[in-house]
Amino acid sequence: MSESLSIANHSSAPLHPFKEFWLYFCENKGALIGFCFILFIVFVALMAQYIAPHSPFEQYRDAILNPPAWMDGGTWTFPLGTDDVGRDMLSRLIHGARLSLLVGVIVVTISLAAGILLGIVSGYVGGYFETMIMRLMDIMLALPSLLLAMAIVTILGPSLENAILAIAVVILPHYVRLARASVITEKAKDYVTASRVCGAGALRLMFIVILPNCMAPLIVQATLGFSTAILDAAALGFLGMGAQPPIPEWGAMLANALQFVQRAWWVVTFPGLAIFFTVIAFNLAGDGLRDSLDPKLKR
Amino acid sequence: MIKFLLRRIAMIIPTFIGMTLLTFALIHLVPGDPVELIAGERGITPARHAVLRSELGLDKPLLVQYGNYIWGIFHGNLGKSIVTKQPVFKEFMTLFPATMELSFFAMIFAVTLGLPAGIIAGVKRGTFFDHSVMGLSLAGYSMPIFWWGLLLILFFSVFLGWTPVSGRLSALFWIDADTGFMLIDALKSDEKGTFVSAMRHLILPSIVLGTIPLAVIARMTRSAMLEVLTEDYVRTARAKGLSPLRVIMVHALRNALIPVITVIGLQTGVLLAGAILTETIFAWPGVGKWIVESINRRDYPAVQGGILLISSLVILVNLAVDMLYGVVNPRIRHNK
Repeated sequence: MSESLSIANHSSAPLHPFKEFWLYFCENKGALIGFCFILFIVFVALMAQYIAPHSPFEQYRDAILNPPAWMDGGTWTFPLGTDDVGRDMLSRLIHGARLSLLVGVIVVTISLAAGILLGIVSGYVGGYFETMIMRLMDIMLALPSLLLAMAIVTILGPSLENAILAIAVVILPHYVRLARASVITEKAKDYVTASRVCGAGALRLMFIVILPNCMAPLIVQATLGFSTAILDAAALGFLGMGAQPPIPEWGAMLANALQFVQRAWWVVTFPGLAIFFTVIAFNLAGDGLRDSLDPKLKR
Repeated sequence: MIKFLLRRIAMIIPTFIGMTLLTFALIHLVPGDPVELIAGERGITPARHAVLRSELGLDKPLLVQYGNYIWGIFHGNLGKSIVTKQPVFKEFMTLFPATMELSFFAMIFAVTLGLPAGIIAGVKRGTFFDHSVMGLSLAGYSMPIFWWGLLLILFFSVFLGWTPVSGRLSALFWIDADTGFMLIDALKSDEKGTFVSAMRHLILPSIVLGTIPLAVIARMTRSAMLEVLTEDYVRTARAKGLSPLRVIMVHALRNALIPVITVIGLQTGVLLAGAILTETIFAWPGVGKWIVESINRRDYPAVQGGILLISSLVILVNLAVDMLYGVVNPRIRHNK
């Protein structure tokens, strides 16, 4: 009896693709934790001006290098202490979340859009155009990414906007290569031939017929792109080539922390923790997405 | 095999040309007049302006400038630094051994820890050890290494006082920079304690720089081991009654190492990029710190030369890795 029941259950309609994806994604504990942390950061970033106890720029002259609340001499006015000019660390971190997420969103949007366009067109058209684009991408990949970003910032001048642009250019080749590779495999399939026979034009074939079937690896790469973007932007900020003071960017906050390493560990520790956990969260979520979107890995 | 090598070598030529175009364009893409940017806000007399322009070769037609640039590169002449007036190539070469020493030890740290960790994690799949290695490796490649460096300084140098905070050698010692490799120079010097001091200065920077390669190598070794362990020849070796150790170390590891070698080689680029950050934190007098300083000082010839030299190095190492791959993996040799 119970056997026939279970058989009946199995033969029921297949799950909606999104439901199936969610089921696989939830099985991966790490991915779920990462996803929840991302939601938390997004919430903090959106609500920054309501949550933050102080302005990120306000300097409390009588509370310079105050330790965190739980230590001797700390007060709950400044839960995570203050920095060298008396700004509240917690408020700066909260507003920094906004910047880091913004960097991630803009970088990934620019490079994903440009990468899809270049990758799909070069994969579909082929010939000289493809060779030229791919050679260019190879050159960009041959350079260490931070070095290339630094070269671009040298040209454009140091600022957060230019750092964003530089990082978008640096991670572009990954998207171009991924998009091109999937287009080449998809292009030869029957459904594409079928729509071509039906009279679909090149643009329709590229962006309406083929593109949706190439999205899975691109989505995964985009999630992982967030972590690269946040890390690189922080690194550029740390080197003084990204966000300029007094902008509360996490990397830039660390830039002058080196002088206080002996006296004020909290100035050094918290911005780094924020970068570290955000990057881990995006990496976990990206790995989880890869596992649940890749049909080959499904059991 | 020779055909494979020739094709691979031919492929780096356009890459190299692209690189020279990029570094050449660097100074021309800067919005505004590079000479005025170099001069800064204080301004510059028209006469000095003209001298600087001709010193940088900016008064000639663009094509001639590029021709001169390429001509210079092939003669080892990358121009002179605006700040120190030294030839860029010479400056790079005096600083490069410091970066090489640091990268070498970072790589040793990464490989000696990463390989065994990856092998054991792969063999003991699903155990606590496996999960810890995977978790730590995720943490490793999510690590902002400039922060990691600060944390290690905070703990080991400030709190415990075990290691020095920065530099390559304690100020108590003075030795002649003979080879540029501090450890070798220290061994050659007669003063006692120099070698130990140099070694102590190397520890933290090597760990910081080696962290990301360590994470990548451990992960890669583990997945390569997992793949190889399901192969038929491993089962055959087991069925023959070989000891588990021999099966893993000889039959499985040899084949698993092929992709791992590539990954180790490809970490060179990561190391050189990481050296930029690591050297800045530890005030390590290598090419990474030099490039950062040159960018901040708007010393364009130095930036151009530095980027060109480092990227050429990465290209050459990648080429060497590909060739090594052909040697290690017979399948590649015979296919192409």
